Amino acid sequence: MAETPALPAEAPSPLAALLRHARHVVAGNPVTALAFLLFLLLLLCAVLGPVLAPHDPLASDTTRALAAPSARHPFGTDHLGRDILSRVVVAARLDMGIAIFSVALVFLLGGLAGVAAGFFGGWTDRIVGRLADTIMAFPLFVLAMGIVAALGNTVTNIVIATAIVNFPLYARIARAEAAVRREAGYVQAARLTGNGEIRVLLTTILPNILPIMAVQMSLTMGYAILNAAGLSFIGLGVKPPTPEWGIMVAEGASYIVSGEWWVALFPGLALMLAVFTFNLLGDGLRDIVDPQRRS
Amino acid sequence: MDSPPMDTPPMDTPPMDTPHVPLLDVQDLTVEFATRRGPVRAVRRVSLSIARGETLGVVGESGSGKSVTSYAVMRILDRAGRIAEGSIAFSGVPLRELGEGEMQDIRGREISMIFQNPRAALNPIRTVGRQIADVLLRHGQATRANARAKAIEALEQVRIARAAERYDAYPFELSGGMCQRIVIALALACRPRLLIADEPTTGLDVTTQKAVMDLVSELTRARGMSTLLITHDLGLAAAYCDRVVVMQQGEVVESAASHSIFRAPQHAYTRRLMRATPRPGARLRDLLPEGGAVPEPVATAPAAAPDAPPLLEVSSLVKEYPRAGAAGLLTRWLKRGAPPAPFRAVDGISFTIRRGESLGLVGESGCGKSTTSMMLMRLLDPSSGSIRFLGQEIGAMPARGFAASPLRRRIQMVFQDPTDSLNPRLTAARAIADPILRMGEARGAALRARIDELADLVGLPRALLHRFPHQLSGGQKARVGIARAIALNPDLVILDEPTAALDVSVQAVVLNLLQDLKLRLGMSYLFVSHDLHVVRLLCDRVIVMRQGRIVEEGSAEQVLEAPRADYTRELIAAIPHPPI
Repeated sequence: MAETPALPAEAPSPLAALLRHARHVVAGNPVTALAFLLFLLLLLCAVLGPVLAPHDPLASDTTRALAAPSARHPFGTDHLGRDILSRVVVAARLDMGIAIFSVALVFLLGGLAGVAAGFFGGWTDRIVGRLADTIMAFPLFVLAMGIVAALGNTVTNIVIATAIVNFPLYARIARAEAAVRREAGYVQAARLTGNGEIRVLLTTILPNILPIMAVQMSLTMGYAILNAAGLSFIGLGVKPPTPEWGIMVAEGASYIVSGEWWVALFPGLALMLAVFTFNLLGDGLRDIVDPQRRS
Repeated sequence: MDSPPMDTPPMDTPPMDTPHVPLLDVQDLTVEFATRRGPVRAVRRVSLSIARGETLGVVGESGSGKSVTSYAVMRILDRAGRIAEGSIAFSGVPLRELGEGEMQDIRGREISMIFQNPRAALNPIRTVGRQIADVLLRHGQATRANARAKAIEALEQVRIARAAERYDAYPFELSGGMCQRIVIALALACRPRLLIADEPTTGLDVTTQKAVMDLVSELTRARGMSTLLITHDLGLAAAYCDRVVVMQQGEVVESAASHSIFRAPQHAYTRRLMRATPRPGARLRDLLPEGGAVPEPVATAPAAAPDAPPLLEVSSLVKEYPRAGAAGLLTRWLKRGAPPAPFRAVDGISFTIRRGESLGLVGESGCGKSTTSMMLMRLLDPSSGSIRFLGQEIGAMPARGFAASPLRRRIQMVFQDPTDSLNPRLTAARAIADPILRMGEARGAALRARIDELADLVGLPRALLHRFPHQLSGGQKARVGIARAIALNPDLVILDEPTAALDVSVQAVVLNLLQDLKLRLGMSYLFVSHDLHVVRLLCDRVIVMRQGRIVEEGSAEQVLEAPRADYTRELIAAIPHPPI
């Protein structure tokens, strides 16, 4: 694909065209614009979290334990007197990191395996299909728990577990889309122009199923965040005192009964916002990536 | 966007029976579609009328608004479309003013419609007999007790052989022609007074087309129904319509009785359309508009000596597919019987193509012509037989690895559907560059120069080169496909119905372009088509295939003028053409 850019001189640069198109899509659908704004906010928290946080997220101050939201602590403090706002902001990096890496991993593994299965058929298809079936046979969250418990309690293993759990989804979608396109005219044409099978797969089939996969990525991103938070909630994965939305909800859960609602509510809201953002983003992303919508 | 006053004589006055109210009377119909760039008028001030028992043809190329007109009559425009002006009266009832509920009563009972793709119009998971019975029951034409018998009767009326057995068939078990007959049975079940047929035979074989159209005209005549036949095919309209309305870009340009419109077309557009339609006796250049730029005579590449070895030599080529049920080892072992004989899609065909020659391969769907071209193209492995190309046996080279063969660039193909054969993610320039990047040498400035040269050669404006396929018209996409195929100066190009998806006027231009390119570049063509008249224009020799075998072979003139095989005669007789 390296030779793609050097083509006609009069054509506008691809990046400029994409930006113009993105502006058009966003203008046509304000919800997409909202999703992108929220996404930027999350990204900002993830990148600049420690700088933005008003307090040290790890500094405990027992004199201020379980303080209600106030001007000094807009989200209140937890049972060790740590500032919840700071912890929510700082946790974005870890949660988003887990989600992005696990989705990228499953996109690569599941997407490629699925495309190969749909394109080559035969034994490739059978192996990938049975693998996906095997994973689907387990309750997904329990499977993720098992993987993390077996591999060890680290962030890397949460990423791997989340990726494995999502594998069947990606493999199946990619397989179905590739199988439809396998005999399409332009795929045959690509063979005629001297592209070998692997090359046809990577340069012709894969780019054409990207729009569908992009939507899927965005949707599973939300699920990946929930999954990571869920694992932390039940005590697997991220260990305290690291700020992470799942643990924070878990820690705050016991205080809801006694009236300290803010400990669990704000990290929970952050989690909800992140999932909501990624789900909204899916639709917008599809419109931008789809060449049919460019005109 | 006011329409200019029409320069045609006042129309739609039926010659003799003026006292009668026409069954359908459309006056000044204007239909607008809301788009990103504001409203677009797809149909502008169209007036037409159909008398009782009359068959009216609406003829035009894609985008002429002929289908939109019929959708407006049925009030089934999609959400972006609306009737902006005009009146539609159906036996005196103004359809525009009816509520949706009343309109639903009219659809099906008074006016029914058949569409282009019959398979899409049938429910795939219900047997065809049940589907007919459903309609009869819903409209009170049958009771639970006699629904089956009535449905079988309806099947018999549309000439379905062994109707009682076919009652239990699913749509996928029937051929396209039979599915269309089922759709006709459904449309006629409630004895409507008007039948709207929107390209009812596009996509069907010519012999099937004839059978279906004969059936429609016979049934509608027997029941005194009126028919609105929408088609792009002048020949079809001439053969089956009493009157014809010609539409161009949303306007009616001419309207007259069908025998007079073809004898003496008044409007320039009608004349252009008539000229572009392939017909007996016409030569390739005759299809282009009169007074247009006559292509300069090109230096004919020297013909190869007759005794030179042929460019392509095919002998006893066979492609077999296993039949259903022959698949699993276990099944075969359990059944202990001999596996059913495999299906032979191509059954031992042999022919040669000389350098600089065009060979036509003609046949109806399922005759094995596409399978043959796929095998020659090395996209499919033959079961047995040999394909010698440029003196080398390429039939034995596996299709999977052929992309790496040095012969890959010498044999190329132009696909049937210009839209489907272009990668939606590549610009026109990138699509044309693909073979050069993979198998050619030119890079950078030389590559750009070559792409420009190819664009000029196929008549594609250079400004369109950076567009994506969906931003190009059908004819422009066809040119991109041709430019891609000839980018590396191949020796043999297989043209797989290259104009089947194009309008006749575009087809005329593309066929001429192909002929010029052949003469200029000295290529050989294998032209695969279902239409003998089109093949004759471009080819020296013709092969007629049926059920995987060659039934006739000879010079184009001889096959068309004096066919030896019965099947060829049948094929030629089935092609409708304007009476000129």
